[in-house]
Amino acid sequence: MTPHCRYVLRLADTSLILAQRLGEWIGHAPAIEEDLGLANVSLDLLGQARMLLSYAAELEGRGRSEDDLAYLREESEFLNATLVEQPNGDFGQTIVRQFLIDAWQLELYEWLQESKDPRLAEIAAKAVKETRYHLRYSAGWLVRLGDGTEVSHARVQDALERLWPFTGELFAADAVDHEVAQAGIGPAPESLLPGWSARIGAVLSGSRLAVPPTTPFGWHGKRGQHSEHLGHVLAEMQSLHRAHPGAIW
Amino acid sequence: MTDSSRDWPLYEIFIRARAGLDHKHVGSLHATDAMMAIEHARDLYTRRQEGVSIWAVRSSDIVASDPADADALFEPARDKVYRHPTFYDIPEEVKTL
Repeated sequence: MTPHCRYVLRLADTSLILAQRLGEWIGHAPAIEEDLGLANVSLDLLGQARMLLSYAAELEGRGRSEDDLAYLREESEFLNATLVEQPNGDFGQTIVRQFLIDAWQLELYEWLQESKDPRLAEIAAKAVKETRYHLRYSAGWLVRLGDGTEVSHARVQDALERLWPFTGELFAADAVDHEVAQAGIGPAPESLLPGWSARIGAVLSGSRLAVPPTTPFGWHGKRGQHSEHLGHVLAEMQSLHRAHPGAIW
Repeated sequence: MTDSSRDWPLYEIFIRARAGLDHKHVGSLHATDAMMAIEHARDLYTRRQEGVSIWAVRSSDIVASDPADADALFEPARDKVYRHPTFYDIPEEVKTL
């Protein structure tokens, strides 16, 4: 698999796994309005994942479809950022995870709109509008919870500290990133850090939330080395397709 | 699903379907604040491209007429047909009026 294809698959899997995680909220959100809100974000991400998976399948050139890639790969073949596979936790933890990834995806898609890969640029141009809304939604909730009651503040601060170590991976370059950056296909990951920090810093300070210190990280989801949580996500997501191959409705 | 949204204030939602049309009442929803009301309205009422503009108004801010006053408020207009401009002769040349 070429670095180009692996890179597209990383983006696709990050959106796909996050969509699946948000889908777990359906029927369980704190209010029916939030049920729909989270489901809408999930569907946007699923749409991005479908476009990216189809493109990755084309780049791979082995005749696999988007469904084959989503439903028939093993855990170690998934290349999503480790952050998005982390459990939903309470509503506050879901919002913190969403906020951290929304701000990153916004920086990413804004860059990718100018990618030398016209397909990625096209996908990013659509996704950037969706992502702007996602960030508005998650940032809005972060302020309400962070600047809310003692309990809500403590919970989101706790979630921030729990999830923060997973953000390091988003900005750490490896060989694949170097190749796509050199070809002008994708950004150098570390180049997104200043914009991301500025975006989240402004919201966090308005929420009375403290930015946790940067710590070394040991997760490499984008290389297929995942936390213990992805297996459970895949078991649920893939079980129907594996039990009834080709099932449709 | 819990009932926490029951404690949230109710908002009435108005959607403008296209530029040039007026906002129409489409329903109501619960939200903690005005910004959330707009976001919920976007998710609930415009996900199938129903609109280009949203108004949200706190339901408690709407002043409504009392159905018991209907006779006093509306009955007097019933026998005043002369208020309908149906007695004018419209010239043939006038196409739109």
